[in-house]
Amino acid sequence: MTNLRKPGFVLGLIIIAVAIVASLAPQLLATHDPFESVATDRLLPPSAQYLFGTDNLGRDLYSRVIYGAALSLLSASLAVVVGVVVGAIVGLISGFVGGRTDFIIMRFVDVLIAVPGVLLALIVVASLGFGPVSLALGVGLGAAGSFARVMRSQVLRIRSEEYVEAARTLGVRSPAILVQHVLPNAARPVIAMAALEMGTAILSVSALTFLGFGAPPPAPEWGALVSAGRDYVATNPGLSIIPGAVILVVVLAVNRVARSIGGDE
Amino acid sequence: MIEHGSGAKTGSGANSVAGDGAAADDNILVVRDLHVSYATRSGPVAAVRGISFVVPRGKIVAIVGESGSGKSTTSQALIRRLASGGRIDSGSIEFEGRDLGPMSERELRSIRGGRIGFVPQDPSKSLNPLMRVGDQIAEALRLHLKLDKAAAATEAVRILAEVGLPDPDARATQFPHELSGGMRQRVLIGIAWACNPQLVIADEPTSALDVTVQRHVLDNIDELVRRHNTSVVLVTHDLAVAADRADYVAVMSNGEIVEQGTTEQVLSSPTHEYTKKLVESAPGLASRRLTPSLTALGEQQQSSAGKLFTHTRPAQPAGSATASGAIPAHSGADAAGATNILEVSNLVKTFALRRQGGGSQVLRAVDDVSFVVPRGSTFSIVGESGSGKTTTARIAARIASADSGTVSFDGTDVTSLSGEALRQLRRRVQVVYQNPFGSLDPKMSIEKIIAEPLRAFRVGDRTHRAEVARELLEHVSLSPSLAQRRPTELSGGQRQRVAIARSLAIGPELIVLDEPVSALDVSVQEQILQLLVDLQVQFGLSYLFISHDLGVIRQISDHIAVMRSGKVLEAGTAHDVLANPQHEYTRELLAAIPGQRAV
Repeated sequence: MTNLRKPGFVLGLIIIAVAIVASLAPQLLATHDPFESVATDRLLPPSAQYLFGTDNLGRDLYSRVIYGAALSLLSASLAVVVGVVVGAIVGLISGFVGGRTDFIIMRFVDVLIAVPGVLLALIVVASLGFGPVSLALGVGLGAAGSFARVMRSQVLRIRSEEYVEAARTLGVRSPAILVQHVLPNAARPVIAMAALEMGTAILSVSALTFLGFGAPPPAPEWGALVSAGRDYVATNPGLSIIPGAVILVVVLAVNRVARSIGGDE
Repeated sequence: MIEHGSGAKTGSGANSVAGDGAAADDNILVVRDLHVSYATRSGPVAAVRGISFVVPRGKIVAIVGESGSGKSTTSQALIRRLASGGRIDSGSIEFEGRDLGPMSERELRSIRGGRIGFVPQDPSKSLNPLMRVGDQIAEALRLHLKLDKAAAATEAVRILAEVGLPDPDARATQFPHELSGGMRQRVLIGIAWACNPQLVIADEPTSALDVTVQRHVLDNIDELVRRHNTSVVLVTHDLAVAADRADYVAVMSNGEIVEQGTTEQVLSSPTHEYTKKLVESAPGLASRRLTPSLTALGEQQQSSAGKLFTHTRPAQPAGSATASGAIPAHSGADAAGATNILEVSNLVKTFALRRQGGGSQVLRAVDDVSFVVPRGSTFSIVGESGSGKTTTARIAARIASADSGTVSFDGTDVTSLSGEALRQLRRRVQVVYQNPFGSLDPKMSIEKIIAEPLRAFRVGDRTHRAEVARELLEHVSLSPSLAQRRPTELSGGQRQRVAIARSLAIGPELIVLDEPVSALDVSVQEQILQLLVDLQVQFGLSYLFISHDLGVIRQISDHIAVMRSGKVLEAGTAHDVLANPQHEYTRELLAAIPGQRAV
């Protein structure tokens, strides 16, 4: 792997690894209980005891960021999965069936892409109710349009490959051709795009939780943490800036690694 | 750079090409102990390993070899224009007494195009698509002969006339896409000869062309050589072309020249094992239909046709096909129905062509074509590109459908089958495609590829299918250890064997072979044709064989139809058509087969 010789890629991998550990087993990294308030330790600056300082209720911000990874990253991942699965299925059918079906499906996709992703997510969350899962569904559906387009273009390319025609003359049924030949050969660009989409999804999820569409407090979500710190920006800017910086670093790391997976260099 | 020992040895080797008659100073090009390697991830790989040859003035020297033999690398090294990563490690290339090796790029530029011309392989890619062809010839003239614009333009038209383009004034103002492949190659030959070079290097100049066009283009080169007393290095995979055109032949294999001498010497009494094999397998030089090998006959007797495993797959319920489709189940060769496995009558297929500036024109790709394929024999359709042979085969295999006409298989009309009934027909009719690189799914293992038809028809369980796949691999002379490999790890010949194995898996009666060997090296071609002949006997197969190459057709056919512009011009038994052609075009095709001068 030549990628492993690139420092940016390695750093990105390390950051992602830490983020994954934080979301799966936060107790390994956290130093405090994220929900425990210590009335005497309110709004403290970063120190050895409280790495990122404490918030207005005296909770350890570092531990809250660590515990927040689970909700933020898992809903972002779920969003990507929803986007890829829905988009891939729609694109696959559209490209493979072709003709009128293709035309109708793709016009719906055009509409989907024309609506801004965040707005679409807001609509979904508003109709399904607040919470991380509906948030993920909303963000995922917003991304599904572009996945459908990429998948369709791949399918159109592969459909005209000789081995697909060969499979047909061998007597293979259409659904089997779709699953055995078209899908495996079309998957690569879609997977690369899914990796890139992960960064965008983290941002969208954070933006929506910032606006208060995520899990209700006191659950720690990165966007919610930034939002909670807003009231103290004048006195304790770190409360907003530090979770914001964490979002930034993780998104950059994900994008850096995703770019290498896509072979985009 | 060159050690004394090897230098002395190559000196004698270099002379052997020219023979005794040619004086040393009459050699325009002297190559001594040339080594070329390519840098790869796993270190340098030697592509040319110490070759020596000379090119006498006014003579054609052919370098013959198969893909990977280093012949193209040699031709590129001669003008120091190797692909990236390539480098000349040692040896000398003396052109008119001067070594090109240490020469500066600047000096080389004046030699390339000026005194050494180059004819590239692929005429469709080697011309600038945005430049008029006359201008592309004029470019060379202005650069090397310092002609002014008007003089260069006039000279370009004269050159186009010389290379045999009709109406050269008008052609000079056309763009490459407005010319046919043969015309483009003539333009490239014109560019190569534009500055009256002493030496022209032609790398597979006619491989991308139809046989009759190939012949005219080669005639044209011959004429230019005679008129200008040019020397030519002709790089080709086709021994027959070399036999017809070259004065001297050097046979390359694995980066070495294994044999060289006058064309007559090399072809009539080859001494090296590889040359012997090459001479034997050249389709243009062989003249008979291949006969099944002894082992194939043995297996046939042993298994008394119809009892072969592919035809008596245990898990294949005999009634299933009848129940689900119109095609009666195939229960072994004993149940032979009609004497003709395939009857095609009055097929017509038209395509609408859009013309420039609106309107459309109807192209009759297949125009009232009828033929019958007798059971157990090979019926071949021969024709050049655009003759409609592939379209006809696709309609016969029910991949494409005709505008009118009927296709009947084993006495049943299958013209309008669709859906499940058409799928059931695939049990009995299979197709092998031209391009073994495109027809196998790159993501699948060989075993899965071969077993795919079985899986599609739910024959046997997983282990049974794997067993059949391995057995089929052996039938096509591949090692069963390849089963877990992917197609990308296999050579072209191996892939085509896999494609053939796959087509056999379900036990078909008719196989449509669309140019199955034209993408392969000649010696591999012969092996695949032999395999097809053997399998035909073993499994009682009928073939519908499509090819542009009469040399190949001659080796495999029982009946031949000659097609041009969508029409069958002539059809009959292989012997009648080849020995006593009735149509003018058939005679022309036969005359165009290279290799007639030889032996």
